Amino acid sequence: MDNITSNFEHIPAEKFKFVQDENIHDIELQTKARSFFADAMIRFSKNKSSVIATWILGLMLLFVIISPIISPYSIKDTDKLYVNFPPFVEWAAERGIKSLSGAKTFDSQNETAMNFWKGIAIETGMDPVIETLASYETEVKYRGKMVKRYTYDIKVNAYYTVGVVYRVFSYEEFQKIQDWQDETGIQVIYPWVDADDISGITDNSNIWYKVDAQGAAKLDKEGNFQEAYSRRVENAGAPYNSIRIPGDDGSYAYSTAKSGAVQVRMCYYNYYTYLFGHKPSYIFGTNSMGMDLFGAIGIGARFSLIFAVVVSLINLSIGAVYGSIQGYYGGAVDMLLDRICDVLSGVPFIVTTTLFQYHLARKVGVVPSFLFAYVLTGWIGMAGLTRKQFYRFKSQEFVMAARTLGASDARLMFKHIFPNGIGTIITSCALVIPGVIRGETTLTYLGIVDLSSFAGTSIGTLLSQGNAAVTTAPHAMLWPSVFIGLLMICFNLFGNGLRDAFNPSTRGVED
Amino acid sequence: MIKYIIKRLLYLMLVFFIITLMCFVLIRMLPLPVLPPEDTHTKIVEMRREAMGYNEPMLVQFGLFLKNIFTKFDWGLSEKRYFGQEVWAIFKQKLPATMIVNLYSIIFSIPLGIALGIFAALKKNTWIDYIISTLTMVVISVPSFVYALLIQYFLAYKLKWFPFLMKSGTDWFSPAMTWSMIPPVLALSFGVIASFTRTTRAELTEVLTSEFMLLARTKGLTKAQATVRHALKNCGVVIIPSILGEFIGIIGGSLIIEKIFAIPGVGNLTLDAINAPDYNIFMLSTCFYTAIGLLAGLVNDISYGFIDPRIRMGSRK
Repeated sequence: MDNITSNFEHIPAEKFKFVQDENIHDIELQTKARSFFADAMIRFSKNKSSVIATWILGLMLLFVIISPIISPYSIKDTDKLYVNFPPFVEWAAERGIKSLSGAKTFDSQNETAMNFWKGIAIETGMDPVIETLASYETEVKYRGKMVKRYTYDIKVNAYYTVGVVYRVFSYEEFQKIQDWQDETGIQVIYPWVDADDISGITDNSNIWYKVDAQGAAKLDKEGNFQEAYSRRVENAGAPYNSIRIPGDDGSYAYSTAKSGAVQVRMCYYNYYTYLFGHKPSYIFGTNSMGMDLFGAIGIGARFSLIFAVVVSLINLSIGAVYGSIQGYYGGAVDMLLDRICDVLSGVPFIVTTTLFQYHLARKVGVVPSFLFAYVLTGWIGMAGLTRKQFYRFKSQEFVMAARTLGASDARLMFKHIFPNGIGTIITSCALVIPGVIRGETTLTYLGIVDLSSFAGTSIGTLLSQGNAAVTTAPHAMLWPSVFIGLLMICFNLFGNGLRDAFNPSTRGVED
Repeated sequence: MIKYIIKRLLYLMLVFFIITLMCFVLIRMLPLPVLPPEDTHTKIVEMRREAMGYNEPMLVQFGLFLKNIFTKFDWGLSEKRYFGQEVWAIFKQKLPATMIVNLYSIIFSIPLGIALGIFAALKKNTWIDYIISTLTMVVISVPSFVYALLIQYFLAYKLKWFPFLMKSGTDWFSPAMTWSMIPPVLALSFGVIASFTRTTRAELTEVLTSEFMLLARTKGLTKAQATVRHALKNCGVVIIPSILGEFIGIIGGSLIIEKIFAIPGVGNLTLDAINAPDYNIFMLSTCFYTAIGLLAGLVNDISYGFIDPRIRMGSRK
């Protein structure tokens, strides 16, 4: 007997014979087999709006990656003077591109102010006034006489309006600037002006001409400024051997002594060039912290995106396992786990975040505690989804077949049932990411979570900084808003496209 | 049905109780804010702390907390932001602003949203539908604070139609106050309009293609009659619960809109409490938002049973 059974496996092939005749009439399939994913991708690429959204999304990702690299500023370069300044690139401004000219509108500038701007233009050679928008003539009573007064609405280059500022340098730094001046021929240090010569004004570094106590210029007969540079070389903080301004016969003092250091008047624009090696150029302008918005948006968004992806991956894993257990075992287990979900999902998200910040922010850092807050309740949606998929598939025949063959519970869950629902689960992940970004932006906007120490900044922080100065610097709010708005739209379109592609039966049904 | 509702209510209370307990313990575990030594209220606050059992075990504290609420509706004193004032009294003052702004927004946006949805569904696959659907998608995607900021900048600052922030004071129904409420109401409305448009459109397009609509037309009803009498009624199954949910949500309001437009409401109070930090106010806000969320879910579930005769609530299968 034994002999016969073992021989079954060793029957030679030629002893077998087809029951039917030996020709197979079926034609082999000519078309290529198409996998589920390939099929979904074809469906996806037919959805025009999603494809466009994907492209824009790709461009935005590219922006996020390269903007911090190509921006000449790091997130820590916060300028104290160029605050809330509009977009400015000198190259573009010279060619008359208005949106990049750093233009700000100043209303009702009187003669004193107009002379002040003119003073800056003459001294530094950079005229702040781009154009005069309107001029008004009013008659006021002045010392018993009717006098005509003019006021102007002007457009100024905000970067040029800073003009000359006071700064205290060490001797080495002072010498270094002089060397740099000699090398490049750019004037950074301007002659010192003693307060005594300009009617005791000490808080306005841009006045280099004779003025009265109100700061109004005293003009000579031809209507020109009368310079008031200091010639008290004996007061200078350190010797000055570098280039001198035009009209200097060598008698001007270029600094003043200040307790072991040198105080100077320096042109901030040129000093900036000295400091950074390039002229100020802010494509998106600066915000209320003096950050370059172009780089800051990239850095903020980079954090948001990475954070969102990490959160969705963690939530996806937890939700998948939890939902699988719920859906597979059902009954009492399902009931119990569902109650836990009910309690957790009942806690408002703002409360969760706040409590985590209160308790953990100081111990494990802001970002991990923020992450925990998201993970605590974020997986519930995913678990529900997985559970539904499990209920759909677990009573089907292939599961029973696998079980009959002796597959373990874990194998049944993750090898047989779970892959069937993976399309739905992946697509919902694509819709979770924008949700996380939106939540993160909202919370940082509200100031409940402050990521600046970890990530430098975030879109929400940028928005709230922009909102604080919305009337004077709308651009600081505009760019982050545009970015986040566009990002959300594209992500949602992309997610909807994926969902329609993976589940053709739910096409067009929202949510 | 009634049995089911009672069961759900009891369950809701249990969930609410558990959440409150969790949050209570977590909040009480935090270090207490240091009281200003000179202030006259310091003595009172310290005595209140003693009375609320700050030195007792956690469960005793919770018992006292519940007892105070059930017997006197006493939520404790503010210890930072509104130093020494009753938390509930402050909270009560803040409610009207939130409720009025949200109520205006709902009154304005729900009819508009439904109307747009119906319009889009009836004109399905025409350019009108495409425009409405695209706008809906855009508005739903973009976070509400983005268009709140845009509204504030363009309507309030550039065009100067409205005041920049909401008017302060308590004259809720004066013309100046109502006028200053328009920007936040608009900002709140966009999202609501869009979500109602989307729901209505999705629901109505599905109903319009169903067979009883064909029957209605064949028996001689005009398209308008068939739509109003048969299609819209069926849409109500989905729309009415969400309207009810919206109405419960009005007292919750929106933190971010309240911050942008400086609405003296519950959301702003919560934010202040979080940043101060003022734990007693925060505890009240927690309970408040939890209750609203749970109630909205419950009303949503139950109203399905009332509206749709096909659903038998609480029956087994």
